[in-house]
Amino acid sequence: MEVAAFYGFSALAILAALFILFSKNLIYGAFALLLAFLGIAALFVLAGADFLGVAQIMIYVGGILVLLMFGIMLTQRAIQQEGPSRHNRVEVPITRKVWGFVIGIGIVGVLAKIIFSANFRMSGDAVSRKSTIKTIGVELMTSHLLPFEIAAILLLVALIGAAYLALNRNPAQ
Amino acid sequence: MDLTEFLVKTATIFVVFVLTLVIAMYSTWAERKVAGFIQDRMGPNRAGWGGLLQPLADAGKMFFKEDFIPALANKWLFIAGPSLAMLTALLASAVIPFGSTFRINGHEIVLQGVESNIGILYVFGVVALGVYGIMVGGWASNNKFSLLGAIRAASQNISYEVAMGLSLIAILMMSSSLSLGEIVAQQHGMNWNIFYQPLGFLIFITCSFAECNRVPFDLPECETELVGGYHTEYGSMKLGFYLFAEYINMFISSAIISVLYFGGYNYPGMDWVYSQLTSALGSETGHNIATLIGTAVFFGKALFFIFFYMWVRWTIPRFRYDQLMNLGWKKLIPLAIFNIIITGAAVLFLKPVITAWLN
Repeated sequence: MEVAAFYGFSALAILAALFILFSKNLIYGAFALLLAFLGIAALFVLAGADFLGVAQIMIYVGGILVLLMFGIMLTQRAIQQEGPSRHNRVEVPITRKVWGFVIGIGIVGVLAKIIFSANFRMSGDAVSRKSTIKTIGVELMTSHLLPFEIAAILLLVALIGAAYLALNRNPAQ
Repeated sequence: MDLTEFLVKTATIFVVFVLTLVIAMYSTWAERKVAGFIQDRMGPNRAGWGGLLQPLADAGKMFFKEDFIPALANKWLFIAGPSLAMLTALLASAVIPFGSTFRINGHEIVLQGVESNIGILYVFGVVALGVYGIMVGGWASNNKFSLLGAIRAASQNISYEVAMGLSLIAILMMSSSLSLGEIVAQQHGMNWNIFYQPLGFLIFITCSFAECNRVPFDLPECETELVGGYHTEYGSMKLGFYLFAEYINMFISSAIISVLYFGGYNYPGMDWVYSQLTSALGSETGHNIATLIGTAVFFGKALFFIFFYMWVRWTIPRFRYDQLMNLGWKKLIPLAIFNIIITGAAVLFLKPVITAWLN
């Protein structure tokens, strides 16, 4: 039964991701992204990482995707009114395409290295059903303190930047 | 997991599901009765005794109305909106502990759909999903007022989720557990969290009003500015789903409040009642009856908070939108952080002193 659930959720995540890749409609793409996130959260739960699954839903589905949808919903209307003949492609100089390609390949390479060097538990190994929260908390505060602090400072900078952008700088008011 | 355990869990979840729906259904009746009482009129009194059949009559009316989809609306998303609202509203009730255990032939059955060690985070995640039903429906209607209502709802929910999460952290620091079952078990007798977290409770209940889109924070459906809000274009049972989801959310948040702050199924003198019942009726029947009393206490607390929602709705006027955002970001979030600092200091310095003094 767990195997069936695993393949079901994997298929959901992969099909939704493929749909995002090939869909021309931004808003449908955003909903497919929602399905992909939910599928991945379910996979985390199946792997015994329940905290990671819920964190995935809270951060990505509840926060980031909502902001993404805000953007799409508030801008989509203007594009539709220009008529269906307008194509969707953004035209950029060829050098940017090269850089984008290089960065994409680089990210895939880094991710592949992490995946291959990870110490996975294979089938047959016992998966502990204990809560992972305590381990995560202790690890974050001891052996992984530097990445944690860097992420915190990055978020703080983003917060200040957002507040600066949203500031009312109109002298008339 | 063997088959009996699976069937028992399925039955528990089914009972929880039906109970949630029935309570939400009669909340609509109670809302009108409370409104009638506060405004010095009768409220519904035609269908059944005291209008008790009114929810059924409403549902019948909703089902038989024309199911209309506007011509320029996005058809599938228009249908998906209310369905998502119902789905996310119903998901949260799975982890709420309704009572302690039933003993049948030596087996213990927990009165809780799923005992998860991240229960409260699960509820929080589902609440975060609740935005989608409103946003999808508002966008798909292809109506400026609907879209404005949906954007208001989404930004309001996101803003108040922050303060809600921060007020929860103080509770989690005290109980050092994320499991709802364990948080309730720690509040045995009269050891309720409200006595340690009065400020956290105030922040939490304010935020849950905002999360449910209830007065005084019902700006997403502010009819003086937005015609009808995010459900302007909706009719028949789709509108019914949106309104019904609001009542389910009210019940869920009342239940969560009673679990987190008012001890759930715990009540003062429960140990005495338990020992009396087990000595009089045996360890099995007595235990079951004690559990039933605890569950009744739990529902009493939850229903009181539903009444509190209605009481506030018919007493307090609506906020303006900038007031809502100021309250959320500039007052509740700093207060919640202050509460966390106070709780941390108390857990670190005050708790050892008090426990040493009590012993």
